[in-house]
Amino acid sequence: MNELIFFINKVLISGTVLGSIYALGAIGVTLIFGILRFAHFAHGDMMTMGGFIAFLLALLATSLGIVTPIPTGFLVLPLAMVIAVFIALGIDKGFYAPLRKRGARPVTLLIASIGVTLIIQGLIRLFFGSASYSFFDNEPKEIFQIDMSAIGATRPITFTEPQLLMVIVTVVAVLALHFFLTRSRLGKAMRAMADNADLAQVSGINTALVVRVTWVIAGALACAAGTMLALDVSLKPDLAFNIVLPIFAAAIVGGLGQSYGAIAGGFLIGFAETMAVFNWAILLRPFKDVLPFEIPADLAIVPTEYKLTVAFVILVIVLLWRPTGIFKGASS
Amino acid sequence: MALVEIKDVVGGYGGAPILNGVNISIEQSDIGVIVGPNGAGKSTTLKALFGLVKVSSGSISFAGGDITNALPDKLVPKGLSFVPQEKNVFTSMSVEENLEMGAFTRKDDFSTTLDWVYDMFPVLLEKRNQKAGELSGGQRQMVAMGRALMSQPRLLLLDEPSAGLSPRYVLEIFEQIVKINKSGVGILMVEQNARQALAFASRGFVLANGQNRFTGTGAELIADPDVAKSFLGG
Amino acid sequence: MIRRALTLYFGVAALVFAVGYFMGTANVSLLLVQSFAYALIALGLNIQWGYGGLFNFGIMGFLMVGGFAVTFVSFPMNDAFWQSEGPMMLGRALLAFLAGALLVIGARRLDRVGITGKLRTAAIILAWIAAYIVYRSQIDPAAAYIEANGGWIGGLGLHPLLGWAFGGVLAAGVAFIVGRIALGLRTDYLAIATIGISEIIRALLKNADWLTRGTLTVSPITWPTPLPQDLQAGGMPIADSFIWARLGFLAMLLVVIAVIFFLVQRAYGGPWGRMMRAIRDNHIAAASMGKDVKNRQLEVFILGSVLMGIGGAVLVSFGQIYDPGAYQPINHTFIFWVMVIVGGAGNNWGAILGAVLIYVTWIISDPVAQQVFRAVSDFSVNQGWGAIPDIESRASQMRVFVLGIVITLALRYAPKGLIPEVVKRSS
Repeated sequence: MNELIFFINKVLISGTVLGSIYALGAIGVTLIFGILRFAHFAHGDMMTMGGFIAFLLALLATSLGIVTPIPTGFLVLPLAMVIAVFIALGIDKGFYAPLRKRGARPVTLLIASIGVTLIIQGLIRLFFGSASYSFFDNEPKEIFQIDMSAIGATRPITFTEPQLLMVIVTVVAVLALHFFLTRSRLGKAMRAMADNADLAQVSGINTALVVRVTWVIAGALACAAGTMLALDVSLKPDLAFNIVLPIFAAAIVGGLGQSYGAIAGGFLIGFAETMAVFNWAILLRPFKDVLPFEIPADLAIVPTEYKLTVAFVILVIVLLWRPTGIFKGASS
Repeated sequence: MALVEIKDVVGGYGGAPILNGVNISIEQSDIGVIVGPNGAGKSTTLKALFGLVKVSSGSISFAGGDITNALPDKLVPKGLSFVPQEKNVFTSMSVEENLEMGAFTRKDDFSTTLDWVYDMFPVLLEKRNQKAGELSGGQRQMVAMGRALMSQPRLLLLDEPSAGLSPRYVLEIFEQIVKINKSGVGILMVEQNARQALAFASRGFVLANGQNRFTGTGAELIADPDVAKSFLGG
Repeated sequence: MIRRALTLYFGVAALVFAVGYFMGTANVSLLLVQSFAYALIALGLNIQWGYGGLFNFGIMGFLMVGGFAVTFVSFPMNDAFWQSEGPMMLGRALLAFLAGALLVIGARRLDRVGITGKLRTAAIILAWIAAYIVYRSQIDPAAAYIEANGGWIGGLGLHPLLGWAFGGVLAAGVAFIVGRIALGLRTDYLAIATIGISEIIRALLKNADWLTRGTLTVSPITWPTPLPQDLQAGGMPIADSFIWARLGFLAMLLVVIAVIFFLVQRAYGGPWGRMMRAIRDNHIAAASMGKDVKNRQLEVFILGSVLMGIGGAVLVSFGQIYDPGAYQPINHTFIFWVMVIVGGAGNNWGAILGAVLIYVTWIISDPVAQQVFRAVSDFSVNQGWGAIPDIESRASQMRVFVLGIVITLALRYAPKGLIPEVVKRSS
């Protein structure tokens, strides 16, 4: 039974956590694409920046003597999200809005977002260097262990408090987004603009407002994703720079512009990555007496060091097989 | 003072002007129809009126106020509504959501308007939860007109409402337009089916090369041999 | 226009001289070689983006391929490998690879024998899986064996210039595959796809220790021209030897660039270049005029990638070390975009100017930022607020920031670049 527990810990829990991160990031990417029609490369660094904002706020809270049973980094998240939203709006106003006004092509905005990436990276590194920081210097990271001796396993199912919170945050965010997009006037206007921007304008929809709302959601989600990721692992200046690529893969696999597709794509890529590097030999070991062949020591589909490439292989396959993504993404 | 007054409007998409002095005036009780050859500036006139094409000289007034170069999100609350010729529904949204988007600028309760639109186009009530992209061409045109009516406009602008429709639907759409007008909404439309449209028009405008060529009631224009020869195909 | 270009070139030359004045001739000779190697790569991107309108965010991958090529060709032979079982095992792995490829191709052609639809798709997927397993079953033991006996395959011990050429050839091969996969995609998708493929290339080269020594790095890689040590052996003072050796390398590089530049410029002015621009500006119209858009785009993508491969090989030659772990998207992909956008997409003179200008800016951002931080720190110490800690490491991070500022400013205020594309009106 320990093999099964190992599988749950290594594949199901890791995959859910990774998928949550990818989904939170991919929603932001896909919303921005739907409304503004460009691939926003700086999204990963907006995530990292959100993590650092929460980190500073957590330091501040600790120095004020605020101690609660939940992680301080999570406690300050709402405030961090508000700050991140204002920064996101500022980035749009400072860098992207002038280009849109000039009627620049989406490609130009894509390149501009690379510039924004570099600026944010530079600033983060200027202030924080390239060291790694932990939210849990002053408090313990709680680890949950579910005893599985009832089914004959000696090892418990293990996950950490940040991982649990991350999944909760993702579920809440996805539900909130769903109700926003299907029930609220502004949410429907967002869908309308993503569907047909010209007609949205003709209908009298305040498109500038919709653009602002898009940045509010994207900025808030990016901050949440970055902070939760930093709580789970550790906070580094290149925290999300490496994750932004699987996130884009998730958004494309789900179909750019499709919020639900982004969520599905996020979990698909997350699980694919953990399953690809999982050593399947472990699951076969209990049957070694009945199997006609000897089980190899390593039955991982790809070696661990190639984990990141899994996302791209899936991406390439999806692009070849169905170029607009599984959920039929927008085309521009 | 007419409801809408377009005076000597010159404008276009940045290059050479397409409109070279267009004059149009319409009352709220009117059905105005703009006809003319391809490239005469018919659709451009509607777009200039709706702020989608830049007006470089001349003026446009609506209900007594100047609206030259005003943008749609300001015009819709004033009582103007526009149905584009193509891509005029949100294909990924349900029929009812499409109609709701037409009421975006309204802060009040629009359920009576919604009932009125469903009354006008009963088939839409039947398909209210279906995606607009799954409807037929004629039904889409109804969704588009319904969407435009949701803001309770005083003047409805229609860009070739009959384009691409089968003859049965053309007649039906024209009947609906007359019905909408009878309920108190002014109509200004561009039409390829010139003779058919002028037949029920109270005001007709023949444009050529971005200028007015003939103006009169629909019946007058049809009866005018010059108009008939040059613009209505004999 | 020519006057503007000349003025700008003189300006950049003056900047280089000024940097030389402050940093010394040895440093500036280093800077010049590197910036011209970057210029060669920027020229490649200019062909892809400026001529062809093709988005390539995977430049890093092509540089790595070029770097590997020159390492493989010019590094001395590893006798331990050649005398072991390694070559045989690699040969078997190659056979397994070919067998797998045949299997996949065969499955794809099943429709010719009447097997179509879902059955064929299933067969293709099975063929891929089988090919993967067969290949892995041969390459894994081979890799493990080579790493245990002799470490890695070593090089061929040939002339570095051959390595540069091989860098171009290998990059062309990779570009052909990438282009076939990705070129039909829309711009945003193409950007992600190319960046993804370059990450795959990085992962492969970084982890294939038997092939590239991975993070153990390979050095020293030989120069095509005399090394400083060679000049010192001839009796030259150490300080001078570095300058002259680098100038020798620079001369060799400039000859290569001049030849390539001449050819590219001719192509751009000729019918091929006109057709490429027509396709870039309106590929629907070009296609309707009977142009074979897809193949032309593939050509331009391969041509640009060849220059990137050569440039990547030159950089590794000059640095004398191949370190697959040192490649980063910022330094090896995005910086070239800044160069081409700032210089002027579609103009080769602009691309070269942009490359040198941006590379110099990139290099001097660090010391300049250090000076600024020192001044601010002194001021703050005088005010009693204390000094700025870790000035040196912080200053080096400013390069990235400056690069970001430069590109966003350029996009906003000079979107056509310093030396814009000359649009000839065809009458």
